[in-house]
Amino acid sequence: MKELKLMKGNEALAEAAIRAGCDAYFGYPITPQSEVLEYLAKEAYARTGMVVLQAESEIASINMIYGAAGTGKKVMTSSSSPGISLMQEGISYIACAELPCLIVNVVRAGPGLGTIQPAQSDYFQAVKGGGHGDYKLIVLAPSTIQEMVDHTKLGFELAFKWRNPVMILTDGALGQMMEKVELFPQTERKFELLPWATTGKTKDRGRSIITSLYIQPEVMQEKNLHLQKKYKSIEREEIRFEKYKCDDAEVVLLAFGLVARICKKAADLAREKGIKAGVFRPITLFPFPYEEVNTLADSSRIFLTVEMNAGQMLEDIRLAVNGKIQVDFTGRMGGIIPTPEEILEKIIEINEGVPA
Amino acid sequence: MNERRMLDDSHYENLIEEESVCINENLVYDKPETLTKTPMHYCPGCGHGVAHRLIAEVIDELGIQEKTIGVAPVGCAVFAYNYFNVDMSEAAHGRASAVATGIKRVLPDRYVFSYQGDGDLAAIGTGETIHTCNRGENILIIFINNGIYGMTGGQMAPTTLEGMKTTTTPFGRDVQAMGYPLKITELIAQLPGVYYCSRVAVNTPVHVRKAKKAIYNGFKFQELNKGVSFVEIVTNCPSNWKMTPVESNKWLEEHMLPFYPLGDLKLPGKEN
Ligand SMILES: Cc1ncc(C[n+]2csc(CCOP(=O)(O)OP(=O)(O)O)c2C)c(N)n1
Ligand code: SF4
Ligand SMILES: [Mg+2]
Repeated sequence: MKELKLMKGNEALAEAAIRAGCDAYFGYPITPQSEVLEYLAKEAYARTGMVVLQAESEIASINMIYGAAGTGKKVMTSSSSPGISLMQEGISYIACAELPCLIVNVVRAGPGLGTIQPAQSDYFQAVKGGGHGDYKLIVLAPSTIQEMVDHTKLGFELAFKWRNPVMILTDGALGQMMEKVELFPQTERKFELLPWATTGKTKDRGRSIITSLYIQPEVMQEKNLHLQKKYKSIEREEIRFEKYKCDDAEVVLLAFGLVARICKKAADLAREKGIKAGVFRPITLFPFPYEEVNTLADSSRIFLTVEMNAGQMLEDIRLAVNGKIQVDFTGRMGGIIPTPEEILEKIIEINEGVPA
Repeated sequence: MNERRMLDDSHYENLIEEESVCINENLVYDKPETLTKTPMHYCPGCGHGVAHRLIAEVIDELGIQEKTIGVAPVGCAVFAYNYFNVDMSEAAHGRASAVATGIKRVLPDRYVFSYQGDGDLAAIGTGETIHTCNRGENILIIFINNGIYGMTGGQMAPTTLEGMKTTTTPFGRDVQAMGYPLKITELIAQLPGVYYCSRVAVNTPVHVRKAKKAIYNGFKFQELNKGVSFVEIVTNCPSNWKMTPVESNKWLEEHMLPFYPLGDLKLPGKEN
């Protein structure tokens, strides 16, 4: 029987982590994601024996993750924008040491202390590196609370499949709002001794060393080449996206996360006005669906990217389109969520300006 | 040994033939099983090497090699994972105790130790140090206090003595401008999460024997699940102190130890 529940986004994500068999969570409170830690503190240990620890800072959390992930256990942390900024050195170490873990960013508007309201302004930080050095996170962008649940499970799977940190890039609205979700059954927590993990050197294997230090340039370059090769494979195998009414669309709205849902409504409103509109939604922000966006540009007249930032994914859309057609942008900043009506207005305005 | 030297030396690593040094008739005493055969990169006379050997001997004697996980710092001991023949994790600068916390929390039956310099533990990582100790994590923290930043070429450390010359205190540490040498071990000893806290040195044979005992306690106490064991080892840095090894050990005795007195700051079962 399906297990349906009405849940707040942050709590649904925490519940999914328990059910996915997560071994440990380390985190520090920050609005709008504190419910993740609060929910886990209440639920997790009694049910599965999962470790839940409130660290003294996000720097400590991410380094606890580094240590615990190095043992091959399933570990995660969550935070919101300023906290994720603090974690960047650690994330870079984790990416280089190739440790599997799940990092959740429930984004709030910045820069600076900003506001606790939702935003998508950490796209660059999540997708283009954030910390130092050439590395990539696998970045998942849920647009519903159901996806917050599903991406938590998927995130752990991808993290271990690729030995790479995975980030769920969501926002304060999805974290705080309630929706009906279908929960997957409890996965048993089981501990596998992985050959690379620091679990204690036994006679039948060499020492496990978790490090990101390769002091000789030639060796460091080798490491980099290895990472880049892995990222290429991830690009080949893990791209995920959703198309909504794109088949006959002349106007395509491009958006991720929560905004893609608003865009669907805007596309429907446009169709009521006789404008054939659709929505393209990247689900993985890295790897980014460049080819699919490029192909879509062949069959559409107008691209309108919509984001809750100053136009960050916009740069990837333009790269993908490579000048084939015009790419417009509309967005809101500072924690304001765009309405379907204002997006519709923009569609009408551009549609009139661009000849058929 | 500064980073540039490490880089140069790493090219020669494979040139040193172990067999040419370790021929039977030369063997006076053996390496502990818990030290690898990799030649250490530490400068001649540096306390890091002695501290490593003591830790390895204790792990051997306790028979816990297969159950021990070490955490290396960023500092001269960054390559500690090349020398300790146990599973090791190399932490970001200052974060070793958080990394050790992560390991110990998910593997509570393993012996976990961090090995950290004064810059690592008492400057950039002060927050992690205090809170790891305050949570009473069941780990051993080894704190190598040489009063200087060895790896980066001799800058002031939080533990640099008043008046001591470093590359960033060329006229001597002026406490009015640069603050006072930090006795972090005295702070740590106050915390209820700390079960055992001791300060030792490795500049004389007597001190070496006492240091080994403290390290032994630190590992052994992990079995009791009662909190952090914290062992400060006051060491030298002949290269950056700009002294010979012998001079540096003498200077340590005459200047470091009066300010950082040796002994147990917290010993279970004893009124402190
Ligand atoms: C975030 C960061 N800041 C600065 C450094 C540069 N750094 C490397 S080691 C070090 C100081 C090491 O001194 P200490 O911890 O006392 O160890 P020692 O070399 O003396 O044993 C510094 C400042 C770094 N690697 N990372
Ligand atoms: S003598 Fe100083 S610089 Fe050399 S290895 Fe020891 S701590 Fe580092
Ligand atoms: Mg030092």
